[in-house]
Amino acid sequence: MEYVLETKNINKHFYKPKDFHVLKDISFGVKVGEFASIMGKSGSGKSTLLYILSTMDTEYTGELYLNHELVTGKPHQDFSRIRNKHIGFVFQFHYLLSEFSVLENVMLPAKKLNEKSHADIERDAMQKLEMLKIDYLANQRASRISGGEKQRVAIARALINNPIILMGDEPTGNLDSHNADNVFNIFKKLKEEEGLSLLIVTHDEDFAKRTDRIIQMEDGRIIP
Amino acid sequence: MINWPVILNIAKTHLVTKMKSSATAALGVTFGIGAYITLISFMTGLNEMLDGLVLNQTPHIHLYNEIEPSETQPVSLYDEFKNSFNIVHSIKPRQSQKKIHNALPILKYLKKDKEVKGATPQLRAQIFYLSGSIDLSGNLVGVDIMEETRLSSMDDYIIQGTPEALKNTENGIILGSGLAEKMSLSVGERVQISTVGGDIFPLKIVGIYQSGVADVDNIQSYANLKTVQRIMGEAQNYITDINIRLYDITLAPTLAKRLQKQFAIKATDINEANAQFETGSNIRDLITYAVSITLLIVAGFGIYNILNMLIYEKMKDIAILKAIGFSGLDVQLIFISQAMMIGLVGGVLGLIVGYGLARLIDNVAFETSALPTITTYPISYNIGYYVIGIAFALLSTFIAGWFPSAKARRIDPVRIIRGT
Repeated sequence: MEYVLETKNINKHFYKPKDFHVLKDISFGVKVGEFASIMGKSGSGKSTLLYILSTMDTEYTGELYLNHELVTGKPHQDFSRIRNKHIGFVFQFHYLLSEFSVLENVMLPAKKLNEKSHADIERDAMQKLEMLKIDYLANQRASRISGGEKQRVAIARALINNPIILMGDEPTGNLDSHNADNVFNIFKKLKEEEGLSLLIVTHDEDFAKRTDRIIQMEDGRIIP
Repeated sequence: MINWPVILNIAKTHLVTKMKSSATAALGVTFGIGAYITLISFMTGLNEMLDGLVLNQTPHIHLYNEIEPSETQPVSLYDEFKNSFNIVHSIKPRQSQKKIHNALPILKYLKKDKEVKGATPQLRAQIFYLSGSIDLSGNLVGVDIMEETRLSSMDDYIIQGTPEALKNTENGIILGSGLAEKMSLSVGERVQISTVGGDIFPLKIVGIYQSGVADVDNIQSYANLKTVQRIMGEAQNYITDINIRLYDITLAPTLAKRLQKQFAIKATDINEANAQFETGSNIRDLITYAVSITLLIVAGFGIYNILNMLIYEKMKDIAILKAIGFSGLDVQLIFISQAMMIGLVGGVLGLIVGYGLARLIDNVAFETSALPTITTYPISYNIGYYVIGIAFALLSTFIAGWFPSAKARRIDPVRIIRGT
């Protein structure tokens, strides 16, 4: 099976307030079309690992491969482009730009990528919103919609450039069980219908159990 | 690979949603630039007026025959006293005429010179104005009135009558305003003058002249050169002064030196005659710029402050933008362009406000006896100041925007998103 994302011996230290070895020799991979979740207690390093995998955190040792390509050590401009084009990211708090409309929020990463015409991007964005059943919100201001809706908009935004992997940092952590269920079903559908790879950090055991694979972390290590 | 439409759109949205603070920042720039334009227009207008006052009445180069003692006294020409120490008492000025030798050929020569805008002959004569039993001593200057008008805007100082009237009236006189007042004379009446020799001539008053300098207006009058030559009983080549105007005033000192050597004549240039006037205008310029730059720096701090606050407010947005693939440079450009938009809008408004205020001042009445032609406050409309104004607005907002935006560029999205 092919790996869409793979790490080799990733180590990370926090130096403030004192030296702390957060991640110890992390080596694992996510296969194409796999829906994996990372679980672990607070402070086990799961979020830290996710931010390294998303290329936002670059201060670590070891190697990170995306689509078999080594990305560790590239210049920052390249990381921005990789995040833009290949990685979709969903946060615990929805994190939309509140001054922009829902549609503009979804379109923004595609506009930054600048590979399609404005009309095409708008059509794609509408299509993603339809898929998530929130197309009626398109022209609302992002600050005017409910929490569950915001998270779905954030997912639409993460998908706009058709990434190779979708990462989530407790995407259901801030939602009630109905909305959390909704988000899970969306993820499931994306995996089954689009063959998307997903890597989700979560505290929610029910959520994790329904994924293909649970990666357990403790004290900066992956428990086999 | 900078995607300007996206960046500018984000910058614009930020500004529009924060209308109040954007407007405050822009108004700061408007105030600074407006004040600069108003001040510089007014100050320069004033400078030009004062310069004009001096420059119009002072020739760039003045040629005349100085009455002075010979530099080499006869005794030093005598070989036998060559090695002795000579003391000469009671040295007298050299026996010489007041008129310029070869005045007409010199004039002809000067008029051919390409750097010379014009050269006018003058004859200055000591006379007395007769008013009943009282003699008022004074000067009568014989001039080529049309040339004087062309070269030193003499018509600006003729408050009654016209230069043409003098040209067409052979025994006409343009009387100093102080004299006219003293003798209760007005245009159309006659005044009698007497030469130092005692000959009396009646002249018809065709105009009143006011230079604004009381000492001049109380003694000086103008008549045609030929008339004064006739009154003095001198030939048509009797000329005591030649006033030269150049196209480029900065050449005056070198040309004066050359003429002094070439024609063995005394030549003074305008810098020598009015050294203090340049100092005055330089210092006024300096004050104007100091005040304007202070205002713009204050406006710059305002922008710096507001952008700083905006960036703190937008910390989360910056983190999101970085997370979804905007680079640090993109984020910096977003905030720099916000600063530049504030600078551009504020600057252009400032130019308009400055122009409006300058127009307003231009229409305020300002009467002064020193300058008969001036009725309102002087204003200079120089397009250059507007260019400097907008350039400074953009420059100062760029600098004010640079530091906060560089901070935004360095923001670590992970720290913001994880809330540590």
